[in-house]
Amino acid sequence: MQKSYTNIIQIAGDVITVEAEGVGYSDIAQITTRRGVSLAQVIRIEGKKVSLQVFAGTRGIATGDRVRFLGHPMRVATGEELLGRIFNGSGVPLDHGPLLSEGLTDIGSPSVNPSRRVVPSKIIRTGIPMIDVFNSLVESQKLPIFSIAGEPYNELLARIAIQAEVDIIIVGGMGLKHDDYLFFRDTLNAHGALSRCIFFMHTASDPTVECLLVPDISLAVAENFALSGKRVLVLLTDMTNFADSLKEIAITMEQVPSNRGYPGDLYSQLAARYEKAVDFEGAGSITILAATTMPGDDVTHPVPDNTGYITEGQFYLKSGVIEPFGSLSRLKQQVNGKTRADHRTIMDTMIQLFASYRETLEKQSMGFQMSAWDQKLLKYGALFESNMMSLKVNISLEKALDLGWKILSDCFTPEETGIKLSVIQQFWPR
Amino acid sequence: MENKRTGQVIKVNANMVTAQVAGQIVQNEVAYIVCGQERLKAEVIRVRGDQAEMQVYESTQGLRTGDTVEFTGELLSVELGPGLLGQIFDGLQNPLPALAEKCGFFLKRGVYLEALPDEAQWDFTPLVKPGDKVMAGSWLGFVPEKIFRHYIMAPFALSGTLEVESISPAGKYNLKQPVARLRDSSGSLHEVCLQQLWPVKIPIFAYAEKLRPMEPLVTKMRLIDSLFPVNRGGTYCTPGPFGAGKTVLQQLISRHAEVDIVIIAACGERAGEVVETLKTFPGLTDPRTKKPLIDRTIIICNTSSMPVAARESSVYTAVTIAEYYRQMGLNVLLLADSTSRWAQAMREMSGRLEEIPGEEAFPAYLESRIASFYERAGVVRLRSGQTGSVTIGGAVSPAGGNFEEPVTQATLKVVGAFHGLSRERSDARKYPAIDPLISWSKYEGFVKSENREKLHALLRRGNEISQMMKVIGEEGTSLKDYIEYLKSEFFDFVYLQQNAFDPVDEATTKERQVYLLDFIGGILKTDYDLQDKASALHFFQSLRQLMRTWNSASYGSPEFKKNEEQISTLLESKGLKKEK
Repeated sequence: MQKSYTNIIQIAGDVITVEAEGVGYSDIAQITTRRGVSLAQVIRIEGKKVSLQVFAGTRGIATGDRVRFLGHPMRVATGEELLGRIFNGSGVPLDHGPLLSEGLTDIGSPSVNPSRRVVPSKIIRTGIPMIDVFNSLVESQKLPIFSIAGEPYNELLARIAIQAEVDIIIVGGMGLKHDDYLFFRDTLNAHGALSRCIFFMHTASDPTVECLLVPDISLAVAENFALSGKRVLVLLTDMTNFADSLKEIAITMEQVPSNRGYPGDLYSQLAARYEKAVDFEGAGSITILAATTMPGDDVTHPVPDNTGYITEGQFYLKSGVIEPFGSLSRLKQQVNGKTRADHRTIMDTMIQLFASYRETLEKQSMGFQMSAWDQKLLKYGALFESNMMSLKVNISLEKALDLGWKILSDCFTPEETGIKLSVIQQFWPR
Repeated sequence: MENKRTGQVIKVNANMVTAQVAGQIVQNEVAYIVCGQERLKAEVIRVRGDQAEMQVYESTQGLRTGDTVEFTGELLSVELGPGLLGQIFDGLQNPLPALAEKCGFFLKRGVYLEALPDEAQWDFTPLVKPGDKVMAGSWLGFVPEKIFRHYIMAPFALSGTLEVESISPAGKYNLKQPVARLRDSSGSLHEVCLQQLWPVKIPIFAYAEKLRPMEPLVTKMRLIDSLFPVNRGGTYCTPGPFGAGKTVLQQLISRHAEVDIVIIAACGERAGEVVETLKTFPGLTDPRTKKPLIDRTIIICNTSSMPVAARESSVYTAVTIAEYYRQMGLNVLLLADSTSRWAQAMREMSGRLEEIPGEEAFPAYLESRIASFYERAGVVRLRSGQTGSVTIGGAVSPAGGNFEEPVTQATLKVVGAFHGLSRERSDARKYPAIDPLISWSKYEGFVKSENREKLHALLRRGNEISQMMKVIGEEGTSLKDYIEYLKSEFFDFVYLQQNAFDPVDEATTKERQVYLLDFIGGILKTDYDLQDKASALHFFQSLRQLMRTWNSASYGSPEFKKNEEQISTLLESKGLKKEK
């Protein structure tokens, strides 16, 4: 039986406390106010006092408003019907389409049994050489893009979404500017990818609590598709906003903060989301790409720091390009041995030479004289930056490897590259 | 038997639940919360009046006030007996593969399976006869488990001297069939099965004495064994920022370390890494026993998205199993990755208990908990005269890679060796990324300490010169200093760094390390006939190239000898003989 209560005894931040009985932890309630109906979730029970976080915010809630407990946790509709649709963080359509209630599934399902996971082995091609060649993205990987405000991380995510060879793309936007939301929608639409996309959008002006739901709801839908054999790519932007929402609620609930005001369970909270990335044995997979903005470009800030410990590598997006140093795909070794025989050679050699180029740049800026070798490196570096690193480049992995050989042969003799003779004989352009 | 004590849920705050209890409450006892069809395991962590505050080892979704709580009176315990080797458990000792068979892809809450399968029959051979005097931990008989004799021991909880009343003849028994009966001094009888229970948070004390760890544990990592050794029964920690290679290092040590049994506690880390160990170990051969590596390995796995409270107990589960095998006279290595996640689990709980926070909101008892965990390592002399050891290596993941934080600092106080990983070394692709300038060890390894001192001095001097060169440039550095710098770089490159992808170079035996170090020592103390910096650089670069090839040749092979000759030729070409 669903019971209603009208005795709200406390309203603080986005959390209300109501006197009620027999309420289950993390159950959902409906609050009817003058402004309409909002959902809320139980986050603490203390005797008769039940605290709920209100998805639509508490503005305008009266102490006498009606709270009706639904007796189940947060659920979301799943299935093919969702494709091409746009929802907010609590699953309400934003595209004037019908409300969906088919195949409801609980969000925040339990963790996958580690003994049922498989070792990832399939590359996801993106058409971006800095990813495909140097830090390959692997199916079921979880990878954040570390960046700062103003960098084109959303453009990068959208590009990967358009080009990645996956069945379904789920975009979870948290604290997005409204323009960014429109950008995602229009870009995916323009490339005809909208029909295999699902959006869960929380914009900066929406209530904080809804932001917290976006990753859960996106991943619950993704998991459902993956279990039915689909390869799903989930884009989450921006996870720093998610962490900030966690902080806001934690402070409202008077929790003891740990680092810079973030709650002590930030690591576990982020891990619970990122660890949803999985390759199911005999079914589909979930790959997670997230944007994490680093406040003050500081990688030791709690959000990027905790993220780095959880994810399988990271891409640094700096000055509009994916920085080759620091960027890392921990799973690349699983796939780059199987693409083409020269993949690893090109990857290692080009990065080593690029490192020497950076050293030469430093020497140059300090006014040291440039040797013949330095001149070669300078030429190489310029070619590498414009033909490989630039995000404008959009070529297949094989073309990128060929291009790599071309750049090397344009700048160096075979011996100078330090590549093994057998590989040189097979691949060096004549 | 006392009546089953029950209580009612009155508060739910994430994974902390408070219950109102009518009767007595035992601190740290296990309780089950009945939630519909499910029974959720919990542990009492604080008692206030008639209220028991419990941490729940599962998601608390759907718990209501008034739900029944059943108290067991038992502390959180693990099952100890034959069949543990090769297994993979979660933090509460649930066997994960069996759980997967039962529940599919997901870890369904409230499902607890027996750690050791009941139906297994074990071939028991008695070692005592009626009338023999025994004590807790005495070997009563054994069963074969993989390559070991798994001794069946008198329960660790018994006290004083007991007399064997009866012992079963050799034959097949399952885990719960009694195989012996012991009579204590007061005359009461105790039945002994192949399996016994032990509470995880209490160390096993059934031994004669604890000894000083004196014997080196060879990990086959040159940097560790030669410069920062760890002894059997010792403790060490490896703190490092993310991406510095903590996990790769631990994985390689778990493969190559010269111990009998390795226990891997994957505590709050990525599931993918555990999967890699899981899927690769059965196919890898232990070079010492020629058996699959998994046969000597036990994995305790509570990855980051699994319930936090169980993460806290997983390191205790692991160390208890390690102590159990130590009691059989075996050398056990426990690798915990990462102890920071364990500390964070304590912090989460402490926050929910609304305890007064210490530094970075960690609880005030953080240090003592870390200390008492590492103190469970050690070499012990058993009452039978044999020795067994537990060595603990803990990975630490300091926030922001900053070693000043509380977990790293508390750990450094209690460990015997510190292997600090640095971002600079890992960015420069130097593997292992252990920074020799900040690391230390209190153990005496197989390299004489005066030789170790010389190498440390060389590395420090090399670093000083390299710092100086950054300011005054190569031109301003004297040739003597420059050669000193090249020597230190050379030593770092050909000895301290190892190629983790090279089947030979990834693990170096003690014998080879001694030989190689002696050879390099000769090079380092020799003055060479080098006229200028360019020729010095060229000389050391060619030497470096040859040494690298030498490192990839298997020890004692014709190729090994050929490479050695090439190097000697190059050394002699520079005129000056080695100083003896």
